[in-house]
Amino acid sequence: MGFKNSIIWMYFSSPRNFYPLAGKLIPWFAGLAAIFAIVGLYISFFVAPPVLSDQKEYYVIIFIHVAAAWMSMFIYVVMSVYAFIGLVWNIKMSEMMATALAPTGAMFTFLALWTGALWGRPSWGTYWVWDARLTSELILLFLYIGFMSLQSAIDDPRRAARASGLLAIVGVINIPIIYFSVRWWNTLHQGFSVTPTQTKQLVDPAIFWGMIIVALACWMYTIAVVLARVRTEILERERQTSWVQGLVGGQK
Amino acid sequence: MSEGSLLFAWRSMLVRDVMLAMRRKADVLTTLFFFLIVVSLFPLGVGPELETLRQIAPGVIWVAALLAAMLSLGRLFSDDYDDGTLEQMLLLPHSLSMMVLSKVFAHWLLSGLPLVVFSPLLGMQLGLNGDAIILLMITLALGTPALSLIGAVGAGLTLGVRGGGVLVSLLVLPLYIPILIFGAGAVESAASGLGADAHLSILGAFFIGALVVTPLSTAAALRISLD
Repeated sequence: MGFKNSIIWMYFSSPRNFYPLAGKLIPWFAGLAAIFAIVGLYISFFVAPPVLSDQKEYYVIIFIHVAAAWMSMFIYVVMSVYAFIGLVWNIKMSEMMATALAPTGAMFTFLALWTGALWGRPSWGTYWVWDARLTSELILLFLYIGFMSLQSAIDDPRRAARASGLLAIVGVINIPIIYFSVRWWNTLHQGFSVTPTQTKQLVDPAIFWGMIIVALACWMYTIAVVLARVRTEILERERQTSWVQGLVGGQK
Repeated sequence: MSEGSLLFAWRSMLVRDVMLAMRRKADVLTTLFFFLIVVSLFPLGVGPELETLRQIAPGVIWVAALLAAMLSLGRLFSDDYDDGTLEQMLLLPHSLSMMVLSKVFAHWLLSGLPLVVFSPLLGMQLGLNGDAIILLMITLALGTPALSLIGAVGAGLTLGVRGGGVLVSLLVLPLYIPILIFGAGAVESAASGLGADAHLSILGAFFIGALVVTPLSTAAALRISLD
């Protein structure tokens, strides 16, 4: 079983074989993203109870805010795992996946900060405070930007991927700092509300499931977008190969 | 100490780097004067009220030290990269991370240590009292080696890259932020009566962590850059 699995993984670690697979998977993940987004929006606007008070409808922003914050950290971890695999086993496809993940991760980090600012204004009375979690999330945004700038500054794509991969691995130290910042430092941002063990007591089930479904929507969206981006990345980096030339020539 | 031993190679590299820098003192002095000038700009910009200056002094001195450390990173590997010494270093029978450590130590002696030595002068300019100045020196002495170590990774990654000088700041500054927070925070928390032990312990932990991790990553970065 394990042996058979490893054969399949090796098969798809070749850009040539992964390209059509990615093309087939994109519509499925895009469709799932749309379904989850619609369900999530319905729950957040119509099902979830107004927990604070009737006037404080702004708390609905929690759904996208929490999902974006989760994704921002999760994508960074996935990106550095891909970068690690790419560096250690020299798998080109893995490097391309890390490259393709970075812009989406940066987007979610920005979204988490932006929605947080919009939420902070009515509830804390300020758009921004130098709170531990906000600051470490901002550092995460800088790390994504550094990753992308280093990659675009080096002309040789192989060297670019390896150098930025190493940077991603070094920067992964920041992820536990963000995640545990609300526990380590007692600052303005609220603590954990959702943990695997004790969710039920802390938040209303409708809110909990709303957050999970919106997070799933973000997840599916990420996979669809990253697969689309990795396809263009494959075409660009493999442009000298005969199969890409045949593909592009055939489409003209 | 035989000529082929690691210790000999380590020491030769250190002596060579320090000697090269001493033959061209301008480089070392530029970093130091940059540090002094940046800190001196703040009283001019913020205003000369000593009470305000005393409050912002630790942060200002730390930010200036961060920028000075970052500016000097360009010199860390680039000269050796240009004249091919770095490739010879890769061919040595010793571990590249140990040689990196030697270069980083030389870099700290030339760029970090002068900042530590001259920080009391700036502290006095900004109205800090004796205890705060000593604490500031301790935080800088613990923090600047970590800055050199972390910066080496960025310097290795941007070697020979166009626009490397600006890029290295983008890569390295986010990783410097925790050191800045705890370095400047130590003096402030001592001033508010909370004591600085926790901050100093965390700074020490950063230094030891960087000492373990960064020589390996810098060596990996150099191998990628010289590929």
